[in-house]
Amino acid sequence: MSDARQVANHTLLSVKDLRTWFELKRWGFLHAGFVRAVDGVSFQVKLGEAVTVVGESGSGKTTLIRTILGLARPTGGEISFDGRRIEGQRPQDLAWLRCDVGFVQQDPYGALAPFMTVDRILKEPLAVNKVDENEHEERIQAVLGEVRLVPIEDFLNKFPHMLSGGQQQRLVIARAMILRPKLIVADEPVSMLDASVRVEILELMRKIQQAHNLSVIYITHDLSSVRYFSERVFIMYAAKIVEKTDVKQVVQNPLHPYTQALLNAIPDPEPENAGRFRDIPPGEPPSLISPPAGCRFHPRCPRIIKGLCDRDEPPEFEPTPDHFVECWLYK
Amino acid sequence: MKAAGKAVAGDAASLSTSTDTLLKVNDVCLYFRASNGVVRAVDHVSFGLARGRSLTILGESGCGKTSLARAILRLLPRNVETYSGRIFLDGIDLMRLDDESFRRDVRWVKISMVSQAAMNSLNPVLKVGYQVAEPLLIDNRRSKEEAFERAREVFRIVGVPLPFMERYAFELSGGMRQRTIIAMALVANPLLVILDEPTSALDVLTQANIMNALKRIKHELHLNFILITHDIATSSELADEVLCMYAGQLVEHSKAERFYREPLHPYARKLMAAVPTLRVDRKPEFITGVPPSLLNPPEGCRFADRCSRRFERCQEEPPFFDHEDAKVKCWLYE
Repeated sequence: MSDARQVANHTLLSVKDLRTWFELKRWGFLHAGFVRAVDGVSFQVKLGEAVTVVGESGSGKTTLIRTILGLARPTGGEISFDGRRIEGQRPQDLAWLRCDVGFVQQDPYGALAPFMTVDRILKEPLAVNKVDENEHEERIQAVLGEVRLVPIEDFLNKFPHMLSGGQQQRLVIARAMILRPKLIVADEPVSMLDASVRVEILELMRKIQQAHNLSVIYITHDLSSVRYFSERVFIMYAAKIVEKTDVKQVVQNPLHPYTQALLNAIPDPEPENAGRFRDIPPGEPPSLISPPAGCRFHPRCPRIIKGLCDRDEPPEFEPTPDHFVECWLYK
Repeated sequence: MKAAGKAVAGDAASLSTSTDTLLKVNDVCLYFRASNGVVRAVDHVSFGLARGRSLTILGESGCGKTSLARAILRLLPRNVETYSGRIFLDGIDLMRLDDESFRRDVRWVKISMVSQAAMNSLNPVLKVGYQVAEPLLIDNRRSKEEAFERAREVFRIVGVPLPFMERYAFELSGGMRQRTIIAMALVANPLLVILDEPTSALDVLTQANIMNALKRIKHELHLNFILITHDIATSSELADEVLCMYAGQLVEHSKAERFYREPLHPYARKLMAAVPTLRVDRKPEFITGVPPSLLNPPEGCRFADRCSRRFERCQEEPPFFDHEDAKVKCWLYE
């Protein structure tokens, strides 16, 4: 385990100024602008590191993930995985990427083919990627043991609907693991599950991550549920990453006004909550078709600097080491 | 009818010492027919709620929270096998009313409901202002002018700008649509509003804004809310009292101050320990095992299999014990 922590300086995934825009068409052929779902995002993920991307729905976090997985075409910027470039490649040339990156979907039931048994679901990626057939049995045994779907024989011939929600999500994790990836990408892996099961699944993913020295990217809108299971947090607002820091810092010392509002909005279960109001900025996130000039949070920001925030887009500042924030307050 | 109601309702006393009880639910069962047997979704649930108090019903999915709400509102699907017990609202015996008078005099007039993901259930071809006024126009409860005047009032209460009344649902954001639905639940000035996961489909900031609005409504209008949720942290925002359900049964009924600090039932304790906290540095735990099937629930305490504190007594079904100001269904408090 301690060895695994040491090699953690190797950068596995590097994203530079990534932009993914979707073109809007009128009457099917006239250009009508772009939806800027991801607009100038840069970050790096090291080997063996778990990272959380926190953002509201529509902030572009899912598009970011889809771009990294090679499922959406980036408009600009660079993505490199383990030293190899992803952007600009044809889908058929990205087979290696799909072996190296496992995907854990949000809704386990929707992600599993209802007419396939557990055995077939797990064999499918092996067959597609031409893994030696003699290895199949062994890999399936190993991966099901790891996600604790035991006794294994009881599960192999079951269909997804015969499993509970937690078991389905374990199966999705097993499927993501079966090709022995270097990176697991999990899109809200526990949002469909009950509170009592959530922690179990997150703990399981944490164990797998540490045992195999994997990198993990979680996407979530609930910061409190993943803070014990990842090292760093990226806060996303309106297609941009506004703050990047480690988990402790974001809770104790949030810098961006949006992050501060987000933390204000998350309640802890306390009876006093019923008696007090939360200090929440009004309004809604901006449209990504025509985002506001300057900082995208300025129309809702309580600490706006007039004449600056509404005119110039803030670059990335680093007020304390390893704590990056896109906000003019820290220039 | 009123007198009869009072006499029976004495059994299911509310937590509060006040005798002014708004809702009394007495031994309610709701069983459904399924292809492989009878699902006991709500199994002998009794509780009381005093006027001016808000109640939160907590539990994992499949524990019968929504079924309990449907039993109170008599919104029953066709495959009901058993629907028994008694429910009193404001002294009226709801189970005795015939369907027509329940529809005319109780549903939406005295109790209204915001159901799960209700913001997606707005009619796409009607303006939202009309949809909010509609419950008042049915049966000629109010004239058109009065109904729209009242609709404007509730739009103001929930914080939707008045020009939005002239819009269609697709022109509103998720948060605004959810506020519109809450306005619809308030329009007939009901005594009780049941909120079934009112914010679970929304973003964190929008959710906090809506909870702020609900709190303000609660304080200003002195409404009674029943909030059904599996999001324990959010539930604490609106709760005076907490009902905790497990496998179709009520296991604990406590005041919020107690429940969020130190719940009594072992299941409630584990559930609270599973809630991740942002500010307190405590690693959440999880509950091993799965809840029992409601088709053939086990004899005795239903949580016994997963409980770390079980003993011989747990093979028998525990009754409710009074522990200080709470009620708990567990032999530990005998």
